[in-house]
Amino acid sequence: MQFIPNSPLKQQMVHELGLKNINDLFSDIPKTLRTPPLSLPKGDSQQHVEEHMRRLAERNTPFHQMPSFLGGGMKPHYIPAAVKAVLSRSEFYTAYTPYQPEASQGFLQAIFEYQSMVAELTGMDVSNASVYDGGTALGEAALMATRLTRKKTFIIPGNISWEKKSILMNYTRGAGILIRETKYDAHTGTMDIDDLTRTIDVDTAGVYLENPNFFGVFEDAVDDVSRLTHQHHSLFVVGADPLSLGIVKSPGDYGADIVIGEGKSLGNPLDCGGSTLGLFACKSDHVRQLPGRIIGMTKDTQGKRAFCMTMQTREQHIRREKATSNICTNEGLNMLAAAVYLSLLGSTGLKELSLLNFTKAQDLAQQIAAIPGFTLRFSGVHFNEFVIHHQDAVRVQRHLLSKGIQGGLPLHPHYPALKDCLLFGVTEMHTKEHVEHLLSLLKEVS
Amino acid sequence: MYHSAVYEEPLLRELEEKRAEQDARTAGLPRSLQRTAPPHIPSLDETQVVRHFFHLSQMNYGIESGIYPLGSCTMKYNPKLCEEISRWEHFSLVHPYQDESTLQGTLQLMYDLEAALCDITGMNAFTLQPAAGAQGEFTGLLITRAFHEHHKEFHRDEIILPDTSHGTNPASAAMAGYKVIEIPSTAEGTVDLKVLKQTLSSRTACFMLTNPNTLGIFEAEILDIADLVHQAGALLYYDGANMNAIMGKARPGDMGFDIVHLNLHKTFATPHGGGGPGSGPVGVQSTLQRFLPVPRVIKKNTTYSFDYNYPDSIGKIKLTYGNVSALVKAYIYIRLMGGNGLTEASEVAVLNANYMKKKIIDSGLYTMPYAELRKHEFVISAERLHADKGIRALDIAKRLLDYGLHPPTIYFPLLVKEALMIEPTETEAKKTLDQYIDALLSIATEDPELVKSAPHHTTVRRIDEVSAIKNPLLTWNAIQQQ
Repeated sequence: MQFIPNSPLKQQMVHELGLKNINDLFSDIPKTLRTPPLSLPKGDSQQHVEEHMRRLAERNTPFHQMPSFLGGGMKPHYIPAAVKAVLSRSEFYTAYTPYQPEASQGFLQAIFEYQSMVAELTGMDVSNASVYDGGTALGEAALMATRLTRKKTFIIPGNISWEKKSILMNYTRGAGILIRETKYDAHTGTMDIDDLTRTIDVDTAGVYLENPNFFGVFEDAVDDVSRLTHQHHSLFVVGADPLSLGIVKSPGDYGADIVIGEGKSLGNPLDCGGSTLGLFACKSDHVRQLPGRIIGMTKDTQGKRAFCMTMQTREQHIRREKATSNICTNEGLNMLAAAVYLSLLGSTGLKELSLLNFTKAQDLAQQIAAIPGFTLRFSGVHFNEFVIHHQDAVRVQRHLLSKGIQGGLPLHPHYPALKDCLLFGVTEMHTKEHVEHLLSLLKEVS
Repeated sequence: MYHSAVYEEPLLRELEEKRAEQDARTAGLPRSLQRTAPPHIPSLDETQVVRHFFHLSQMNYGIESGIYPLGSCTMKYNPKLCEEISRWEHFSLVHPYQDESTLQGTLQLMYDLEAALCDITGMNAFTLQPAAGAQGEFTGLLITRAFHEHHKEFHRDEIILPDTSHGTNPASAAMAGYKVIEIPSTAEGTVDLKVLKQTLSSRTACFMLTNPNTLGIFEAEILDIADLVHQAGALLYYDGANMNAIMGKARPGDMGFDIVHLNLHKTFATPHGGGGPGSGPVGVQSTLQRFLPVPRVIKKNTTYSFDYNYPDSIGKIKLTYGNVSALVKAYIYIRLMGGNGLTEASEVAVLNANYMKKKIIDSGLYTMPYAELRKHEFVISAERLHADKGIRALDIAKRLLDYGLHPPTIYFPLLVKEALMIEPTETEAKKTLDQYIDALLSIATEDPELVKSAPHHTTVRRIDEVSAIKNPLLTWNAIQQQ
């Protein structure tokens, strides 16, 4: 049997144990529980499995065969070959969590570099070694805010993804946290500060703001939200798109205490939505309540620079039910991809990429809105996603799809107020031809 | 003698010769939004970056470097085919929200994977959404809560688990809002039915168990345990971290478990990636199906789709559908192995563990508390070496590194003194097992000072973890400000 080198030695080894039959090793399982053979088909050769996978693959349509303008937080991005090359080093991808630091200095140093770069991007002092994704990061941030403030209400704006809201509810119910949702401005798409002012009170543990928000719009009143939050001795949690941070103010610049986000766009493929990368950074005052792993720099017994997992008394393998989180396995390899990707870009490259995403989206939004029947739904300044309204969005989508283009994400299933609205996304991956094709098709339906 | 690679590899920021000057202003973006101080990420050439990470990779031990017998972690070989195919653009460059008609391949894969996991575990339905084992546990406990609330049993606020349980079990239970009650094991290292019976009550929501447990012992009284738990109106949860011991031999669904999580990055050979991405699918019995996260993958005629229409669902636990790339790899692994291959994997995993256990215990240098027969992993104690020579489990672990071998899990489970928890898996050859046994025996007879000062041949010597805590240096900036 492949991948089982001792298969041919089985009987010999059984005898060496003084047993007759391999099943003697399973004699402790009560007879009534012994399973009949699995009904799964027999194993197959690598060649046959590859052929089968090719047939399955053909039933998917990837970006290069069908350009997609979907927004919703995940979009295709160009991944430099060097990122893939580093990630294919099996010393990295086949390693376990670095519990033995002397044999894991490479990964530990890479995490340290990642933490440093996330801190730079977000304007925070420290970062952890990742959580699962941008959604669970929000759940963990709400829990962390309530631990730090010993208060039990967490405020979210209405302009975040419905999936994140659902995850947040699941993460916070056990702790008895009350989630309160504030309105967004129906015209600009940004947070409604008046509604926040009405909602926030002395029991508020934290206020969440997403920048850019789910509709792609930059929040412009961040300083007001920050002031209001801190006046109530609450923590200011900001969700950021790391790719936007090459050009826009860092959350640290406007008073964030905790910064989270989905980091998939940093060198990771779409992978049909996963794997993902949960960014999680904070001010140093709060580090002892951070969930997940943190890597620190120290020395070995000879005084040489070394790295190790640190502050592990926050973690489940030491603290069990008193841990700051149950997280164990995180998104190590995605984090490594982000570290390599950012190192290749540098500050200058990141800024150029941010700007490219920003300008392409401004151009596309204006071009679409110039077509009769299509309007830009929100007036706020947006990054690389934006919401378009058309009175028959379903027909628009259907027409695009029939001509080999995937249009924007329909918002009405989860945002009833946004009937006939489509969330578009555009990045450096979209060529001039893609854009022209999209525009010509939209003109056909207008 | 083995020596690991040693580079005095600078930090990325130390590699930078000159910080690139940057015009902070960005045309077109309102000034109020503009970043004025650019993030300081070093400007380096691709040659420098690639060499940097290449050096780092060489200072890291992976499953291809050698045996990696971490107990309860199932570090088995990750087949290359799974890696290669998961990177095909047809799987890696598709968007989670693109039209279902253009995602039939991935949908079919998820549907068939769910069916395969049902067959292996004896459960009725699976969600593939959880990102890791711990998140699977958390999902299972949210389902537990939804189930009891559905039956108007709001008072059930306790989770019981044995003292051999993985640390994630109590952490997940606490996160789900439950009170955790840990019960002591019997002198045989298994669940104490009497204590369990006394602890179960109308307040019990769930009993969490790993079987075989973390000592590698099969809980033979599992049917009685299930009866007791169900009589109390509670649910029985299966931590599937140790599923590699029993595939094709016994199924948690037949043992009376109501909820199961699996670790695809353990049992189903998807790589650990230095700590993730993982995947922790959760399986349930039919009565609990309605509570599973959305979306579920359904099939009508020959067409697959995502179905969100489950009003009793707990909702979402992770963005989109889970770590799909891991699902692709696990699916390929299961096709390669088949029902016969998975059974063979469990048989040889158990055989390898018992082979090592016998040779190590026969030497008389290590002791083994509790029963004889083990499944895929076993826990030995270095208490004798500790008493005689002052050598601790930690010292042995560090000395193994000098032999070029990855140490086992140490100091777990907590009830064994100076514990070394060894899980060789089925993918190690006999010669490798022999080499590992020889190393453990030879360490026991080495000069104690040599062992206590180990490792000597690794990238760095033993690490000062205490000063890392006292004086946290967590970023480049922290070092500069020091």
